[in-house]
Amino acid sequence: MYAQMVDTGVRSVKGQAEMTTEERAFQARIDADIRIEPKDWMPEAYRRTLIRQVSQHAHSEIVGMLPEGNWVTRAPSLKRKAILMAKIQDEAGHGLYLYSAAETLGITRDQMVADLHSGKAKYSSIFNYPTLSWADIGAIGWLVDGAAIMNQIPLCRCSFGPYARAMVRICKEESFHQRQGYDIMLSLSRGTAEQKAMAQDALNRWWWPSLMMFGPPDAESVHSAQSAAWKIKILSNDELRQRFVDQTVPQADYLGITMPDPDLQWNPERNHYEFGAIDWSEFMEVLKGNGPCNRDRLATRVKAWDDGAWVRDAAMAHAAKRASRQQVA
Amino acid sequence: MANEWPLWEVFIRSQHGLAHKHVGSLHAADPEMAIRNARDVYTRRNEGVSIWAVRSSDVVASSPGDKEALFEPANSKIYRHPTFFPMPEEVKHL
Ligand SMILES: [Fe+2]
Ligand SMILES: [Fe+2]
Repeated sequence: MYAQMVDTGVRSVKGQAEMTTEERAFQARIDADIRIEPKDWMPEAYRRTLIRQVSQHAHSEIVGMLPEGNWVTRAPSLKRKAILMAKIQDEAGHGLYLYSAAETLGITRDQMVADLHSGKAKYSSIFNYPTLSWADIGAIGWLVDGAAIMNQIPLCRCSFGPYARAMVRICKEESFHQRQGYDIMLSLSRGTAEQKAMAQDALNRWWWPSLMMFGPPDAESVHSAQSAAWKIKILSNDELRQRFVDQTVPQADYLGITMPDPDLQWNPERNHYEFGAIDWSEFMEVLKGNGPCNRDRLATRVKAWDDGAWVRDAAMAHAAKRASRQQVA
Repeated sequence: MANEWPLWEVFIRSQHGLAHKHVGSLHAADPEMAIRNARDVYTRRNEGVSIWAVRSSDVVASSPGDKEALFEPANSKIYRHPTFFPMPEEVKHL
């Protein structure tokens, strides 16, 4: 998802007997669905895991603006351009809500940015794929934001108050993103044969990476049990992925385009779609930095940060000057 | 890194005459920028008609450790709630 394979730093989930009194009280609060707030006592591993998860989520929102920004100047109409800009501006907002939530855990904004730029912190694998045609903007809104909603709605109930509250705001805005994407796909699929082919091509390229967004299969997810016990992960990777496939296939049917998966079929007994094997070696390569756009994305972020340094410094110098004048007056 | 913009807490009053409500925080170099950023980050969909921005370092907060001392005394004072007093059913407008 926007936070994939978050390391909890924990080998196994502690049983009641192994916990300290504080840890037991903490777990009891979580089990009773009482939110943990920044100043409450929390295990160090919980704090560190949340910093990793929330900052990774924030970085994904911020880096996620880049593939879409690629099309702002080439949107097919002024209306589409205005909508795309509003969508991208929302993503900046999502990043900011989440950075603020992470800051309540005792990490500074600048440290998070430094960790992203040094490669220590990650962002979602999905944003390392290129946006080659306008149809990709449709596919991203429909599939990538659609997958994000799947993951983010349960997180509105997560155990850490600031993260849960940020999720509530974000979820309110996401459905605009998904609909504007589907609306682009609708227009293309109702258009000329060439436009319909664009929509199909975008689906072909974005479908598998979208399924990978949910992270590795549950059997291989080492850290899920602890994250589930802490209620910072509510549904498992496979559960979310299945829900996403089930909701999305009929939407593609309506568009008259097909998933690039010959094994995809409805299973009436399970009441779910069966889908083909995911190429996890591709996912691992993208995480390692070898996706089509990894270097480009990070270089763009670093350049923006470095180029903006003098503006940030000047704003602080100006504020300091004005404050000192006020003191004199 | 030493020069990070300070953190501000943002409060928004919605149209419906309710009090300002905390909505989140942001970084800004000075008060004007705090208001401008708050407008962009927290009111993109008509969420409000008024913004307060307060430097986070100026907020005074109770500590979680004082929770019992501060709030528990109210638990036993149930007579502060109108439901404490049973009223005869025949008596109206009370
Ligand atoms: Fe977002
Ligand atoms: Fe979005």
